[in-house]
Amino acid sequence: MYTFLLRRILSTLPVLVIVAVLVFLVLRLAPGDPAAILAGDAASTEQIARIRVQLGLDKPIVAQFAIWAGNLLSGDLGESFYYKMKVTTLIGQRLEPTLALATLTILVAVLVAVPLGVAAAWRFGGWFDRALMGFSVLGFSVPVFVLAYILIYVVSLKLGLLPVQGYRRIGDGFWPFLRHLILPSVTLSVIYIALIARVTRASVLEALGEDYIRTARAKGLTELRVLVRHALANAAVPIVTVVGIGIALLIGGVVVTESVYAIPGLGRLTVDAVLARDFPTVQGLILFFSFTYVLVNLLIDLSYVFLDPRIRY
Amino acid sequence: MPIKRAIAGAAAVLTTAAILGFGGAARAQGDTKTLRVVPHSNLAVLDPIWTTAYISRNHGYMIYDTLFGTDEKSQIKPQMVDTWTESPDHRLWTFKLRKGLEFHDGKPVTGEDVIASLARWGKRDSMGVALFGFVDRMDTPAPDTFRIFLREPCGFVLEALGKPSSNVPFIMPKRVAETDAFKQIDDYTGSGPYIFKKDEFKPGDKAVYVKNPKYVPRKEPPSGSTGGKHVYVDRVEMNLALRDAQAQVNALQKGEVDIIEQPAFPLIPALKKDPNIVVYNYSPVPLQFMARFNHLLKPFDNPKVRQAVEAAFAQEPFLRAQVGVKELYKTCPSMFTCGTPYASAFGSEIQSKSNMKKAQELLKASGYDGTPVLLMKPTDLAAIDKLPDVAAQLLRQAGFKVDLQAMDWNTLVGRRAKKDPVDKGGWNMFLTAWQGPDIWNPIANAALDTRGEQSGWFGWAKDDKIVALRNQFMRETDIGKKKKLAEQIQARAFEIGTHVPLGEFDSPLAARKNISGFFRQTGNFYWNLKKN
Amino acid sequence: MLLGNWSVRIGGGALVLLLVIALAAPWLGTVDPTLFDAASRDLRPGEVGEITNLDGETMKHVFLMGSDSLGRDVYSRVMYGTRVSLLVGLLCALLALSIGIVCGLAAGYLRWLDGTLMRFMDGVMAIPAILVAITLVAILRGSLATVIMAIAIPEIPRVTRLVRSLVLSIREEPYVEAAVALGTPAWKIMLGHILPNCIAPLVVQGTYIVAFSILVEAILSFLGVGLPPDIPTWGNVMSEGRAQFNDYPHNIFFPGVFLAVTVLSVNILGDGLRDTLDPKMAKRV
Repeated sequence: MYTFLLRRILSTLPVLVIVAVLVFLVLRLAPGDPAAILAGDAASTEQIARIRVQLGLDKPIVAQFAIWAGNLLSGDLGESFYYKMKVTTLIGQRLEPTLALATLTILVAVLVAVPLGVAAAWRFGGWFDRALMGFSVLGFSVPVFVLAYILIYVVSLKLGLLPVQGYRRIGDGFWPFLRHLILPSVTLSVIYIALIARVTRASVLEALGEDYIRTARAKGLTELRVLVRHALANAAVPIVTVVGIGIALLIGGVVVTESVYAIPGLGRLTVDAVLARDFPTVQGLILFFSFTYVLVNLLIDLSYVFLDPRIRY
Repeated sequence: MPIKRAIAGAAAVLTTAAILGFGGAARAQGDTKTLRVVPHSNLAVLDPIWTTAYISRNHGYMIYDTLFGTDEKSQIKPQMVDTWTESPDHRLWTFKLRKGLEFHDGKPVTGEDVIASLARWGKRDSMGVALFGFVDRMDTPAPDTFRIFLREPCGFVLEALGKPSSNVPFIMPKRVAETDAFKQIDDYTGSGPYIFKKDEFKPGDKAVYVKNPKYVPRKEPPSGSTGGKHVYVDRVEMNLALRDAQAQVNALQKGEVDIIEQPAFPLIPALKKDPNIVVYNYSPVPLQFMARFNHLLKPFDNPKVRQAVEAAFAQEPFLRAQVGVKELYKTCPSMFTCGTPYASAFGSEIQSKSNMKKAQELLKASGYDGTPVLLMKPTDLAAIDKLPDVAAQLLRQAGFKVDLQAMDWNTLVGRRAKKDPVDKGGWNMFLTAWQGPDIWNPIANAALDTRGEQSGWFGWAKDDKIVALRNQFMRETDIGKKKKLAEQIQARAFEIGTHVPLGEFDSPLAARKNISGFFRQTGNFYWNLKKN
Repeated sequence: MLLGNWSVRIGGGALVLLLVIALAAPWLGTVDPTLFDAASRDLRPGEVGEITNLDGETMKHVFLMGSDSLGRDVYSRVMYGTRVSLLVGLLCALLALSIGIVCGLAAGYLRWLDGTLMRFMDGVMAIPAILVAITLVAILRGSLATVIMAIAIPEIPRVTRLVRSLVLSIREEPYVEAAVALGTPAWKIMLGHILPNCIAPLVVQGTYIVAFSILVEAILSFLGVGLPPDIPTWGNVMSEGRAQFNDYPHNIFFPGVFLAVTVLSVNILGDGLRDTLDPKMAKRV
């Protein structure tokens, strides 16, 4: 087990390095001058040049990379060009909203999708199955922002049940925190419900075709027990995989939801940083996402050990 | 099984919480001592000397104070200064500060702090740089007194010190003001009516200010950036996360925020109809749109071609497309803000008394060779993003070839600074908006800085006649003569086509009805406001 | 057999209809989608207003789907937008597939390249696709070519993985081993044996890429980092209309419906193709 872990960690290091170098180069070789952006409207060309020196952009690219990589090894992701703050602080401030939204979304998605998928597989070919497949395709065909606007209009403005926007920190009270997260997570969860329901259905279907299901039924177990204890448990591996990928995506890829609901998450931080040519922040964030992705993949693989006794490392 | 039970348990908790949450009372109002504001843009740079961005200037007004200010009638009035004298030869100015001025850390404001702050400001601000061209030296004979010695008489000392808009000569502690002018400060101690809570600042999320209990306001009523800055709330929270225009209005209507600094124009009629909301035009002077040429490259290196554009760019189509709401805009023939001392229609006939046929004729006569015009359009600034579409349409009608390129504002700003040819990343034209005070006299108006490539504003217009007239204006102390000089500068500017003024508009704020105390100002000031 | 499947019929039929709209856009009662007249701004669907054309003449026009905040005809923009969406979807899929096939073949066939190439692909997959797309477009300026590249790149790793796994399994087949023993050059084996077996899963994957690309393009335009505004796309129309959703929802409703229907059709077609071309996969996702 431990050699497996070690090998895995070692094999992912090159990935992180490649990502780091790629992002670094792409940012610096691209048009768009962070110094000009920061200098503002009435700045002259010499003032912009002086700011470039301040940001360290006048040094050759290799030197810039060496400085950044060196700092990286001591855990310092550098300071944002745009805000006078450490990149680690910026990321830290946005972790709570992002993780809260991701957790609630996945929770809602799993709680809704898994039972639906199991039910569809159980009644394979029936009207419920067909309806689910139909709705799930719809689920990942409607763009997130359209769904968001509709939900806000109906639930928040017309019915007045929930706030239209914003994020409340958990430290300021649990109920406001939750109320502000309901609409965004429901909006986001639609796609994940669609995906997870499909995967659940497909893999439970496969499990239901196995011999041990016939045995279980023959033993006289209740259908519910057969479905959950035997079929679902054996179908868990692909479901957990999709859930894991979903979590990784929710950490960084939900810019649109964050924009429409005014949630200060990591997605918006990245987009704002890219548009502002805030190199250190973009680099730090991309590294962070890669690291999260690698971590999530590792956790998924480790979870297989518990889910499927046949898998051993 | 444990997993199943855990899931059931979690579901129960969540459902209960949700139900209780729904029942939660109208917490949406927030408490009556916190003002929740949605500013017009994200606050990134906290140093108002380092950048001219209006949002940083507004941040400055919260936590700093100024020597002089500009009131709603555009008059300069003292703020931190108590009395002052001007020597008969106009070359020595002596100022005495008011009593009771203290920084947030308890230390008193002295002449040393003032001199250091002015010196730093004088290195970045265009009017400041012009002023310091006259300054021989400054000193502080007593802690509450400071003096400015000039080489020759200067006609705009007070206008510069009381300048309402970017960059404002805010007074900072000496140790902060000694930071290099090209490096951002990181200590936000000031002497203003609010204190910045650095520990609660979350970029892109919120900025928090608390009342400064030790601030001593002046006795006069507030007017512009002058008068008494009384604070009647405990906290101001700037919501930096809410950038979607429709979401901002939704939030205001539901009472989740108290003030929107710059609601999008198309949403203003709906806000006006809402009985819980007040739409208030706070600025005594309007803003102005303008189109700026790149004078270094073809085709706009030819003044005759620029004149054809002046003839083609009637102001009405731009205003109608960008602002749309009739009460909010009007045409203005002047390059200086209409309604201010130096505005006039002098020399503006080439634009105001023109039509498309004339423009087409002028273009043909100019020898325009078909070089396409690279027009930059910002996609993420709702206040000006429709102007380039109108410009492209009018240019095409006049006979120009147009290459309309869209980009985010930051890319535009980067590209705007380039003097390279178009195929190497250069540009020909962009459009923007200015607040009234930034263009209301020939010194502040950056578009009229015609020193060419050396240090003129982007566009690099070059004309020695205007440079000479501007220098005269700087030295002139008689208001009548200054007006005449301004007329001449404007006439010449229209003649050579420095830029094209595109009309004026108001940008009102929207607030919940229970907020009172708004007054006329050329910025977004948060003192004097009460939340009832 | 292909046409017997209901999903293929419905999805394919809808797409054919959209293709017709895209090609016939100029003759469907539309005007130039870039023309505007500020006097006609914010008209509701069905209202009549004016359009000014480039010569300066104005003409009356019925705005079937209303007008946007600049006075442009939403109906025309939606019709012409069909062209862009279909084109973007198709080109992104073709680009992602071609590069993915090359990389997948190389990784599967050339052992020494496999390790590095797959690490590289993992690296790209580690970054959320939206962010890759936004970064690339913001950095390289929004032209059609840039946008297509930006959307296709995050999809390449998945195609590569698919092709690589197919290559690895097919390589072990006896007829391939025989071909190698006979001295057949590698490229002949790839073209003659390996590729034909990849076609079915690649077609299915391709349709999902089309759907994904159309959605991502809409998101990019919505966020303001997509195609230039001269080119009417559904995302552009929705982006410009988002500031007035409460009062003038037609800006979001009409393009949104078209977008959903298109993506839905492609997905349904994909499901149908998968069921017919590769029944083994029918039981999978």
